[in-house]
Amino acid sequence: MAMYIRQENCISCYACEQECPTGAISHDEEGIFTIDPYVCVECNGFYEEAQCLAICPIEGCIVKLEVATYGCA
Amino acid sequence: MGCSSKGCGTSIDGLSYLPENIREKVENHPCYSQEAHHFYARMHVAVAPACNIQCNYCNRKYDCANESRPGVVSELLTPEEAVKKVLAVAMEIPQMTVVGIAGPGDPLANPDRTFRTFELIKEKAPDIKLCLSTNGLRLTDFVDRIKDLGIDHVTITINAVTPETASKIYSWIFYNHKRYKGIEAARIILEKQYEGLQACVERGILVKVNTVFAPEINGEELEELSKKVRRMGAFLHNIMPYVEGEGTVYQKLGVRPPTPQELKEVQEKCEPHMSLMRHCRQCRADAVGLLGEDRGQEFTKDKIIHLQVNYSAEYRKSIHEEIEKERAKLKKARELMALPLEEEGKKVLVAVASKGNMLVNEHFGTAHEFLIYEVSSQGIKFIHHRKVTPYCHGSIACLEGGDILEDTISKLSDCEAIIAAKIGFEPRDLLEQKGIKCVEEFAYLPIPEALTKYYEKYVLEKVKTEG
Ligand code: SF4
Ligand code: SF4
Ligand code: SF4
Repeated sequence: MAMYIRQENCISCYACEQECPTGAISHDEEGIFTIDPYVCVECNGFYEEAQCLAICPIEGCIVKLEVATYGCA
Repeated sequence: MGCSSKGCGTSIDGLSYLPENIREKVENHPCYSQEAHHFYARMHVAVAPACNIQCNYCNRKYDCANESRPGVVSELLTPEEAVKKVLAVAMEIPQMTVVGIAGPGDPLANPDRTFRTFELIKEKAPDIKLCLSTNGLRLTDFVDRIKDLGIDHVTITINAVTPETASKIYSWIFYNHKRYKGIEAARIILEKQYEGLQACVERGILVKVNTVFAPEINGEELEELSKKVRRMGAFLHNIMPYVEGEGTVYQKLGVRPPTPQELKEVQEKCEPHMSLMRHCRQCRADAVGLLGEDRGQEFTKDKIIHLQVNYSAEYRKSIHEEIEKERAKLKKARELMALPLEEEGKKVLVAVASKGNMLVNEHFGTAHEFLIYEVSSQGIKFIHHRKVTPYCHGSIACLEGGDILEDTISKLSDCEAIIAAKIGFEPRDLLEQKGIKCVEEFAYLPIPEALTKYYEKYVLEKVKTEG
């Protein structure tokens, strides 16, 4: 399970990257932010809420990836 | 008020209500002192993109709306780039004495970038003053760091007194790793804002409070708010009209901005010293320069990356000493002015073209803005700035300037006269047709002196026999 950034909505505000406890979020030179699904733990074991989702200013920019999207584990 | 001498009527700033120690700090600050604003400038650096709350009047696709800047998406800088820009501007425009961080999000929601920038500036250019604007949510967490860095001005945006009202202003806040909404969010943020204000005041940091005024939302509370923040020690309360922004919650709800009358009324009620902020032209986040001039384009990211800057505090100091000499001279000149006068005379509006140093030193055709003064036998009062497009770009014949000239003239139509260093034949004809007097004879005089002489000669029709 992991969170996912819909790049078309993202305003590159750095908020999520600063709050992520696992370092799953990074950005490239163009200011495109991505979440590494293998590092993101949906904040389990750290906080009650997914921090990126809680601070992202754009509704619908960060979404939960469903398990099914990965296929086999 | 203990206004002792006739000097009171000519006081350009009206800062006399402030305690001595605060007045000193404010007097040289281009954002707070109208007079200093003629000589010194400030700049903002956009290093803080993230925000930790959502205001209903803000669309985060643009810059922080709390600072009420027109929606310009700032060119985001790293702390290193920001410092380079500051040093470059400091050498190119030595009048720049204050650097602020205000966004495009909230500086304290980006503590690493914000404090790294301040630390670097402090290290490399210790003579530059630092300031910061915040929504207040995390102010108490960082107030000691702010104090240690020697930041002596903080602006907090506070929009409400009661949580009920605040809940109509903030959709959510991110606090202690949780997103809060509704009345709970409202309670927390108000508590934090007022705590932050108090914490700053206790440490001797000057606090200005900004309030975004939307009549249907917080109109009823503003007077109380103003009293409260002053009681708590804020030195200035600045009420800014809510400006409708594309894609905001307020826009969807149809919340309306205040009418000019409503704004004026509430400002009068809350702000007995509004004159202090009259000169604020809601600077754009990245505007650079003196008096309405914007040289921001000379310092864009791609340009500063290649710059080699040799910062010299001594050079800046020598320029500032010159400026101080000028200011002292002008101050003397002001004190010598005879206004308020014995004779009765009517009130007139006069437009002045100046490019700084409080002198009549700009040509009509190249002016980017005019300073509008109200002159009467009671004294000189600065009203505001009016922006215009210079119709003449320095060429001898200003050919395509016709429409622009019309526009400028219509913007000045309520003025009785224009005082400039030079006014060309063509505009002179048009202006005089409209009944606006064109006055060049006071070129390069200090503005107060020019205005006084104008008033005596043309309004009171009394020609002074000597100097
Ligand atoms: S859910 Fe938590 S761990 Fe995953 S990316 Fe967001 S902040 Fe990082
Ligand atoms: S918080 Fe949202 S908008 Fe900001 S960078 Fe992260 S995903 Fe993009
Ligand atoms: S504090 Fe409010 S106005 Fe400023 S960026 Fe955050 S949401 Fe926008």
